[in-house]
Amino acid sequence: MGAKTLYDKLWDAHVVRENDDGICLIYIDRHLIHEVTSPQAFEGLRLAERSPWRREANLAVPDHNVPTTDRSQGIADPVSRLQVETLDKNCAEFGITEFKMDDPRQGIVHVIGPEEGATLPGMTVVCGDSHTSTHGALGALAHGIGTSEVEHVLATQCLIQKKSKNMLVSVDGDLGHGISAKDIVLAIIGEIGTAGGTGYAIEFGGSAIEALSVEGRMTVCNMAIEAGARAGMVAVDDKTTEYVRGRPYAPKGDVWEQAVTAWKKLHSDVEARFDRVIQLDASKIAPQVTWGTTPEMVVPVGGRVPNPEDEGNVVKREGMQRALRYMGLQAGTPIGEIALDKIFIGSCTNSRIEDLRVAADVVRGRKVATSVKQALIVPGSGLIKRQAEQEGLDKVFMEAGFEWREPGCSMCLAMNADRLEAGERCASTSNRNFEGRQGHGGRTHLVSPAMAAAAAVTGHFVDVRALL
Amino acid sequence: MESFKRLTGLVAPIDRSNVDTDAIIPKQFLKSIKRTGFGPNLFDEWRYLDHGEPDMDNSQRPVNPDFVLNLPRYQGATILLARENFGSGSSREHAPWALLDYGFRVIIAPSFADIFFNNCFINGILPITLDELAVDRLFADVALNEGYTLTVDLETQTISLPNGDTMNYKVDVFRRHCLLHGLDDIALTLQYIKEIKAYERRRRVEAPWLFPEEGL
Repeated sequence: MGAKTLYDKLWDAHVVRENDDGICLIYIDRHLIHEVTSPQAFEGLRLAERSPWRREANLAVPDHNVPTTDRSQGIADPVSRLQVETLDKNCAEFGITEFKMDDPRQGIVHVIGPEEGATLPGMTVVCGDSHTSTHGALGALAHGIGTSEVEHVLATQCLIQKKSKNMLVSVDGDLGHGISAKDIVLAIIGEIGTAGGTGYAIEFGGSAIEALSVEGRMTVCNMAIEAGARAGMVAVDDKTTEYVRGRPYAPKGDVWEQAVTAWKKLHSDVEARFDRVIQLDASKIAPQVTWGTTPEMVVPVGGRVPNPEDEGNVVKREGMQRALRYMGLQAGTPIGEIALDKIFIGSCTNSRIEDLRVAADVVRGRKVATSVKQALIVPGSGLIKRQAEQEGLDKVFMEAGFEWREPGCSMCLAMNADRLEAGERCASTSNRNFEGRQGHGGRTHLVSPAMAAAAAVTGHFVDVRALL
Repeated sequence: MESFKRLTGLVAPIDRSNVDTDAIIPKQFLKSIKRTGFGPNLFDEWRYLDHGEPDMDNSQRPVNPDFVLNLPRYQGATILLARENFGSGSSREHAPWALLDYGFRVIIAPSFADIFFNNCFINGILPITLDELAVDRLFADVALNEGYTLTVDLETQTISLPNGDTMNYKVDVFRRHCLLHGLDDIALTLQYIKEIKAYERRRRVEAPWLFPEEGL
């Protein structure tokens, strides 16, 4: 047997059968479900009179449509309400465990999977949501699927797939003070582009990735899809097993020991070959800010909005011009001169406890700038919210003028009431700066939680290192 | 899924790269619990001048006269010509549903995002990857010739141009087979129940923590 990458090992362990042409039937260990991409899948099951293959492999939670304000009155928007009620009904009918909107464990699907121990190293994890790549941080093979595949997994516990190529993104060296996982992944996307990972599964490695907490690794893997790769992953180490230990759905007793022994093998062999290797020097990464309408349109905070005239490729140049028009920006503007209307700290990328702690450290003793209309903190789950409140972070934020909200996807994609109005500019810790993503005509700049907090208290982008 | 063998159709061009699934179908329309009816909201933010919501009568909304799909010459198009990384971003299958509902059966581009590419096949849309030069030529041809049509044949994996030229493309053997015959993936997989059960038996021994007795 030749040397294998982590991805090779995860893939090989899940092949149920392989066709001559390389198309495989892959077994799925964990299926996570939310309200937006599942109703048509359940309807498909009903129409075909099929039932879930393995009920207990599924876990559901409403997150995209849920209000982040007082929930005691339910959801005001009738269309959103129907979608959440449909999830409740489907889970009850098919016997699937669901953390409902009023459950203290409710939260963003990609936050609660790891938090509950429902995501384990070595698993295949899928969900009808592209940010499922997040779960790869635990040494799992995790990726987003469409609704037809949601139905396919429900009905068969398998997916029809072709193996991707192997890419290693190695980030070595020490990350500077005030620089976070978000800056690493934005720098990677700036380097390889939004399609750089298309056709690949990306393993993130190197000393800077090893030095990250498991939460930080989740932030990096979360945005693998923004580099075009369906799956991102990090090898299992002691941090991974310590993270999983004791979580509600994690194995216990003898089975735990057996699992940990198996998980220790979940890393690429020294001799393993990758189809493509990218190397980044962590010590050179500065806080990152996106200026355009794709995540690859990113520069360091000390930089300027680039000039499309400097781009040789016509299609790219026109894309840059269109992005500048949409964003209402002039080429050459220093990033530090860009003023913000709203601040959003949340999303499956950056809503975990350490994200909130870092933001609170910047905010403590300061006030949200008067020019900022709204600054939101949306924790990733009910449990994170509670933890933050126990640490007094909610008070830090509220005293500074932030709104402290209930958990959900919120303004990352604005399916609930939290959104940008046309022309509003937002410093956001989310993952996509696409046109209209946070609201029709809204302008999104992707940054780390520390950078978003710094922008909140100064009213414009600033190098957070100056405030620490 | 409807099968696809051969199609002769009008071509409409979307001349921008990285067209993401948020642009193809904005999130407010994802609140629907149906698979159909997304066509009128395809490219909603580019296509209309106002902000669209699910309960609107789209026939009464102000259309953006400059948006390419609103030009009279592209009405009835069934083939979409696009640039690199088409369909990036969200995994929403509402994107291919909207394209299909609008009338597109074929999308030609230099590259596609992985999840979108897969979602197309599952829904009877043929995504064709051609090299950049070939795509450039098609964009130039479409711009110059009103009523420009192509014939796309999946049996022979060829595209026939109006002047008689042909271009070749390749589709995965399995995906081609499913599309040609309109096969349902789930029914195909359920032919292998024995293999799936055998796999589960083996894994229960190798990795019992994946099959906890109490379940979720």
